[in-house]
Amino acid sequence: MLAMNFRGPFQIRADRNRPVPEIKHPSDAIVRVTRSLICGSDLHLYHGMVPDTRVGMTFGHEFTGVVEAVGSDVQKLKVGDHVLVPFNIACGSCPHCQQELYGNCHEANSEATAVGGFFGYAHTGGGYDGGQAEYVRVPYADVSPTILPEGMDLENAVLLTDVVPTGYQAAEQAGIQKGDTVVVFGAGPIGLMAARFAWFFGAGRVIVIDELDYRLEFARKFSFAEAYNFREMKDPVVFLKKATDWFGADVCIDAVGCEASGHAWQTISGKSLLMQAGTATAFHWAVNSVKKGGIVSIIGVYGPPWNLAPLGSIMNKGLTIRANQASVKRLLPKLIDHIMSGRINPKEIITHRFPLEEIPDAYRMFSKKLDNIIKPLLIPSRANASFA
Amino acid sequence: MKNALENQIEAGQDRVIAQRNMARAAEIPGWGMDADPENDPTYPMKHANGADHQRLNYKKAPQQPLDMEILHSIERPGVTRVFGTSTPPIGLSGAIRRFAYTYSEATATHWMTLILADRVDTIQGKLTDLMHGVLPNPWVERGWRAEWKYNRAGFIGRAATTALLLTAGILLLKRKKKNKYRMSNR
Repeated sequence: MLAMNFRGPFQIRADRNRPVPEIKHPSDAIVRVTRSLICGSDLHLYHGMVPDTRVGMTFGHEFTGVVEAVGSDVQKLKVGDHVLVPFNIACGSCPHCQQELYGNCHEANSEATAVGGFFGYAHTGGGYDGGQAEYVRVPYADVSPTILPEGMDLENAVLLTDVVPTGYQAAEQAGIQKGDTVVVFGAGPIGLMAARFAWFFGAGRVIVIDELDYRLEFARKFSFAEAYNFREMKDPVVFLKKATDWFGADVCIDAVGCEASGHAWQTISGKSLLMQAGTATAFHWAVNSVKKGGIVSIIGVYGPPWNLAPLGSIMNKGLTIRANQASVKRLLPKLIDHIMSGRINPKEIITHRFPLEEIPDAYRMFSKKLDNIIKPLLIPSRANASFA
Repeated sequence: MKNALENQIEAGQDRVIAQRNMARAAEIPGWGMDADPENDPTYPMKHANGADHQRLNYKKAPQQPLDMEILHSIERPGVTRVFGTSTPPIGLSGAIRRFAYTYSEATATHWMTLILADRVDTIQGKLTDLMHGVLPNPWVERGWRAEWKYNRAGFIGRAATTALLLTAGILLLKRKKKNKYRMSNR
């Protein structure tokens, strides 16, 4: 089959000689991929920043597909079902899953206890091949995969596997109260969604900070947010303090993670020398821009082992830090309703569509932010084999 | 360490000790007086139902057959009930990974050694490609094709800078060699 094949940092292959996955466990399903996306967090793998990313692996944790085979224990899915597959691999039985923390399953990742099991996210994410391929093995198929609701647009469905719930949870865990001023760092797909959903929780004001003008323009239209370029500021923290009556925002959301720009020492120590797990610039700005007693929500991805963090400011300001990988299965019913009711149309963020064969170009363009790209979609040639 | 404290822990002791303490709660002045179930910063992400306190006594899926080498964190007793089967450890990078997995996730040795293994793996991958008659194609695999289409000026600028730096490096090396030869002939 055709699948993405990681050959080292900045080098990937559209490989036609990959074996079709097989059932390895009674709870498995094999899914023929119909759509998949490249996530901003895939770029951390592509850039060689996530430990235990092995040559030969297939990335991709955002995909939809048609069930082609099921293991003997699978009861809820049958061959031919068209499903969206949440990026969390979850057993559904462990104490974390029982409490709907599906991103923190205890039975899905042997390699790292700090990380849940994810499709196509290095061995640090459990060593599963991902959905940037024609076929994928989906473990615990009865737990998270969800049959596409009738009438749902396929591009909206694939965005429900990660981007939409992750953006939603960024706003949800921020504890936004009616009238709050919410600052979102990062106008990538997750930041755009988080800013959009901040209104759902009653925000009084939503401010997006980024360095790319085309994304800021998009944030104004898609997320109805005020949007500012930090390259035009002397100091983003002073700008935000002044913009909030020298008080600080009620809530700050870090939707950037480990590859933030904007601070030379963070870039040198985090990206060039790997002395910390990438740059924590957005997190620093969030801690310093939020009010005393405020909440910082971290949804941007940081890898192990550590980052420099302003712990003194967090303690002295009495901040609450809330963070987690999105629990997609928990959020799906609500988010499906928001989409089907027309309150949000996530597919507007998909700016580029590539055949799977052109995946190296797609990664390069996304990594370098070429051609005003926001979200790239991959379409395998077998995608249209048997569905309308 | 043979006598390290972690070797003296009995399986399942955490809940046993907690239950024992709670059974004698009356002896602990003030036990539970200020407990507030609403003081839960994980709401609404976590539906707190007490499952945490059951620890590992839940219905587990059958074990996926261990038909390949799977490294696991030493912060858990074994592999999970299902696991990814992509790219088992192999060659020198595999040996480095095995070493890394003898350290916990709390250590720099674990993570930095894995990064080292990743870099070794990249070279190993190139050699494997060559052994199988596959020539890496950076034009396609590095996405330079797209860069040429959408960022030609930047691409040419970077290529020229790289070429200039390489030429300067080669010239510097040659000059050093020449100087060394002159010195040895004096």
